[in-house]
Amino acid sequence: MNIGFNQINKYFGDVHANDDITLFIQGGLIYGILGENGAGKSTLMKILSGFIQPDSGEILLDGKAVSIETPADAIKYGIGMLHQDPLDFPPMQVIENFILGQEGSLLLSYKETIKEFEELQKQFGFSLDPKAYVDSLTVGERQQLEILRLLWLGARVLILDEPTTGISAQQKAKLFAALKFLANEGKTIIFVSHKLEDVEDLCDKVAILRKGKLVGDVEPPYDTDHLVEMMFGKQIKVGTPETAAKVQISFKLNDYIVEKHPLRIGPVDFELRKGEVVGLAGMEGSGQDLLLRACVGLLRPVAGRVIVNDMDLTNKTYLEFMKNGVCYLPASRLEEGLVPGLTLTEHFTITEDRKKKLFIDKEYFQKKTKNKIDEYRIIGQPETLVESLSGGNQQRATLALLKESLSVILLEHPTRGLDMESAIYMWEKLKERCRQGASIFFISADLDEILQYSDRILVFFSGQVSSPLDASKTSLEQLGQLIGGKGWDGMDNTKVKYGKS
Amino acid sequence: MSGEIILLGLAGIIEAGAPIIIAAIGETLSERAGVINLSLNGLIILSGMMGFWAALETNSIVLGFLAGMLVGAIVAAIVAFSSITLKQSQVAVGFILAITCTDLAYFLGNPIMGSQAPIMYATPIPLLSGIPIIGPLFFKHSIMTYISIIMIFISWFWISKTRPGLILRGIGEQPAAAFVRGANVKGLRYFYTILGGALVGLAGPLYTLSVKAGWKGTITGLDGIGWIVLAITIFGGWNPIRVAFGAYLFAFLQWLGLILQSTLTFIPSQVLQVAPFPLMILALLFVNLGDTEWVERILATLPDKLRIKILKIIRATQSRPPAALGTPFERE
Amino acid sequence: MEKVKQRGLSILFQVGGIVLALLFITLILVMIDTNPLDVFRLIWIGATGSMTRMTNVLVVWAPLVLVTCGLLITFTTGLWNIGIEGQITLGAIFTTGTMRLFLDTAVSPAIVIILSILIGMVGGAIWAALSGILKTYGGVNEIFGGLGLNFIATALNIGLIFGAWSRPGIASMSGTEPFPEDYWLPSLPSFNLSWYSIVLAVISLIVIFFLLQGTHLGLRLKAIGKGIKSAYRLGIPTRKYMMLSFIICGLFAGLAGALQVVAVYHRLIPSISSGYGYTGLMIAMLINYQALWVAPIALFFAALNISGIQLPIVLKLDSSLTGVLQGSLVLFVLLMQGVKEQVLGKK
Repeated sequence: MNIGFNQINKYFGDVHANDDITLFIQGGLIYGILGENGAGKSTLMKILSGFIQPDSGEILLDGKAVSIETPADAIKYGIGMLHQDPLDFPPMQVIENFILGQEGSLLLSYKETIKEFEELQKQFGFSLDPKAYVDSLTVGERQQLEILRLLWLGARVLILDEPTTGISAQQKAKLFAALKFLANEGKTIIFVSHKLEDVEDLCDKVAILRKGKLVGDVEPPYDTDHLVEMMFGKQIKVGTPETAAKVQISFKLNDYIVEKHPLRIGPVDFELRKGEVVGLAGMEGSGQDLLLRACVGLLRPVAGRVIVNDMDLTNKTYLEFMKNGVCYLPASRLEEGLVPGLTLTEHFTITEDRKKKLFIDKEYFQKKTKNKIDEYRIIGQPETLVESLSGGNQQRATLALLKESLSVILLEHPTRGLDMESAIYMWEKLKERCRQGASIFFISADLDEILQYSDRILVFFSGQVSSPLDASKTSLEQLGQLIGGKGWDGMDNTKVKYGKS
Repeated sequence: MSGEIILLGLAGIIEAGAPIIIAAIGETLSERAGVINLSLNGLIILSGMMGFWAALETNSIVLGFLAGMLVGAIVAAIVAFSSITLKQSQVAVGFILAITCTDLAYFLGNPIMGSQAPIMYATPIPLLSGIPIIGPLFFKHSIMTYISIIMIFISWFWISKTRPGLILRGIGEQPAAAFVRGANVKGLRYFYTILGGALVGLAGPLYTLSVKAGWKGTITGLDGIGWIVLAITIFGGWNPIRVAFGAYLFAFLQWLGLILQSTLTFIPSQVLQVAPFPLMILALLFVNLGDTEWVERILATLPDKLRIKILKIIRATQSRPPAALGTPFERE
Repeated sequence: MEKVKQRGLSILFQVGGIVLALLFITLILVMIDTNPLDVFRLIWIGATGSMTRMTNVLVVWAPLVLVTCGLLITFTTGLWNIGIEGQITLGAIFTTGTMRLFLDTAVSPAIVIILSILIGMVGGAIWAALSGILKTYGGVNEIFGGLGLNFIATALNIGLIFGAWSRPGIASMSGTEPFPEDYWLPSLPSFNLSWYSIVLAVISLIVIFFLLQGTHLGLRLKAIGKGIKSAYRLGIPTRKYMMLSFIICGLFAGLAGALQVVAVYHRLIPSISSGYGYTGLMIAMLINYQALWVAPIALFFAALNISGIQLPIVLKLDSSLTGVLQGSLVLFVLLMQGVKEQVLGKK
């Protein structure tokens, strides 16, 4: 099916998310939509799949203007979309997820559907257990389920929004094979990504979006530098890892074991050196986020000890960890990072330990906030509510709120959802902290980020934790294999003890 | 105590549990769709009064029940409108309605206090009611009691075995995911909230026309029931079968209170009458404990085997609310 | 200019809510064949018709202000302290208990009264702390924990009135034996109103206003109310502050309960809380949790409560009509607030 976008416009408040986009996508191809975070890719695709409505413009299917008001309409036209965050039902079974939304008789006939499901997944070499609960699946498997479901409903156009984030190299290979197979069958595949190499590997044609506008489209052979320039409007330079003598130990895990159904993580034996950056790699749900939480007292370990600067803090609360110079920055900025409904000044007021009389010294905090805003180049005023800041500025505010002297900073996806510039700024500031003596422990789904900024890497696979790898001696390939569970036997893992999952 | 008295007591529990079951199933449907209807306490009193009034005027029990359902549906529609369309706090609106409906019932019901409306009598089922023990226990009740028992299974079947039931679970769990699968999230939430409210509205007349027949204003004895129904919905883990268990447990405690009144005379009777209420709410403590930090902390110190065993028990008893309960849905 | 327009529209919607509530009441009255004008006139006269009535309004106003002040603290922390009814009751019970203890001793009545009020406040705080413990350590939502504790408080109260503290001879719904007049909080001659209650209410208003507006404590509570997880991660001991919030609210509720005993009824009666806790919740919602509005709206609600007494006497209507009026006011103002947000886009 050929798809045409004709002068699509969409605003979110003051943000012009799609600016007069006119684009033609030829059927039977794998069509890439490339752009950095916030370029308007997802918005355009959500419009095509009926999830949101454009403010103006029309969509043409095989030359005919159609109105797609709901996802149900979209699927009737044969358009199905895989959203970036899987839109499924974690506490339900795979087969229930598969059936939900399909029209049919009042009573559910699982037996027959399971048969059809098995047949369908065989075509693609997937092996999902229809009775398994979705919350026990990896992101890659949830994607597979969603692809199968959409095809079963008769999708002829498949939109995939950032499908390679958080999945293993193995799963990625499987996904790409499946997509090529589908394109050969005459289906139209729209592949949305900000990852150059994925797009270059897979797509027959690529359109590039920047700041809500269509910059142009490109056919193979691709020139990477040209693509980068189209994406960012300029050349981007990225920082390089620094190496210095790091010997002092600031954070230690001894035979640390964390449990949360159905995962068991560890035992982990690890020493974090002063000024060091350690990346935790692994597919989503492999246990790295749980370990991180257990490292700051937000989860209790079932065995082992955690020692910060020679202080045993095992089983202590997060507040105790904070007192000892440990700080945790979670991924969800407005849920666990900043308090929506409070201004920047109010944030700097509640995090201040000194100057605490009964009444608030408003002038003092106003001034302090102004200084911080300047120092961290936050676009906003002291009286701006944090939820009205952009994602990048929220992250800057989070950094600005950190205490002066910290010995360990733990971060979850520090640059997720940030534009390139903000991401680079974020790491600049973090590196500055390292030079001042802090150590960093961070999770990222982006393997490039992990390789680029880490000194050492811990790899997670369904609760198993590798011994630390030297980042400078690890390749992207190797890391991709490891997070997918391959190549663990050959590793120098004398220190690793396998846990059962 | 002789066997006969016990049998009579148990049959009474099934009878007394009926309105609670019907109301709790109504609330379960509403909450499964993601909407908390906190107005229940006022709603049951108001529907009880209106049902009584309608039955009094028309001399028809059926119309009495229909009036109750209508009241329930209207009140639930207000909750639905304010939370689904206006996106106001469900708790706030529900609480205001709980209080206001109560006052409205006492105000409007003032002139008919103490009147004689028709009363629904038991309809024993031929043959079945003759079976010893089982007969008097299950088959010598009013029609509404039979309906309450049937409803447990129908609602359970609907939620867990049918296609619309699957969608119902979906919209309470992850409305966005249900929406991309073609579900009309807002429409369905309206539907289940109003349906649930109508069922709750059935409970009121069931009291005033049968279980606690009569309308006596503030001393009718319906105050507090709605809060208990809400607690039972949580205690029941949003599963009709467990909800029914909770309802019968409450009816049993009430019965026990009556029995003990004659033996434990040193406790003022008023105290025993309210005792089941806090007990039911303390039951919530039991189903919620597994989630608390200090329990987690203690568990972490236990040896592996014991911990896994205890975790199993906790997981079985815990009740996990629908993930999107209380939150409005907006497609960006 | 834009701001002025916004504000104007905002007021317009609020007035719209009030008008709708009045229309709703009018509709009900017409339906039951009563002249709404008679009713509204009676409500006005019922509250302002005589000096006694006006002072009675203030008698209700003081506890309403106290509980609303307390509730602003818990609401700021994001807590629905429905258990406030029980906290008022416990305040009254503790006060009565202390008074009974000292009745026949040589301790001067003034000291007994002061001590009893203080103990009453502690009683309210204890009961509130129980809600807090159930919430923070038991995982029980404060709405249900509070309701359970309300039931227990009622049972305890009635149990005492009919049991341990029953009147010699006959225990009855009229309550315990009244205290001798020496042990009453001094009131205006020939009225039931005590200036002390009014002064305490005014002090509470001032304290709450500054607590919420200008202190670190108030800001921290607000942070917890807006985003508890973030507040914890930013280093605020959330559980400690939530407990504190409950306890402060309990102190105010306990004070209200204590005044009901020492200044109003001079004994313990079954419905000693008079439903003021729930009314306080309604007031807090109506004023959108703004401390500045507590005094006037509480006065209005108190006036309605007092005028309700006249309804059965003069028009043979149940006094709960004023409750319906209060409730529908809050409901419609809240609904119009929602309509405004939908029409204008959320600000």
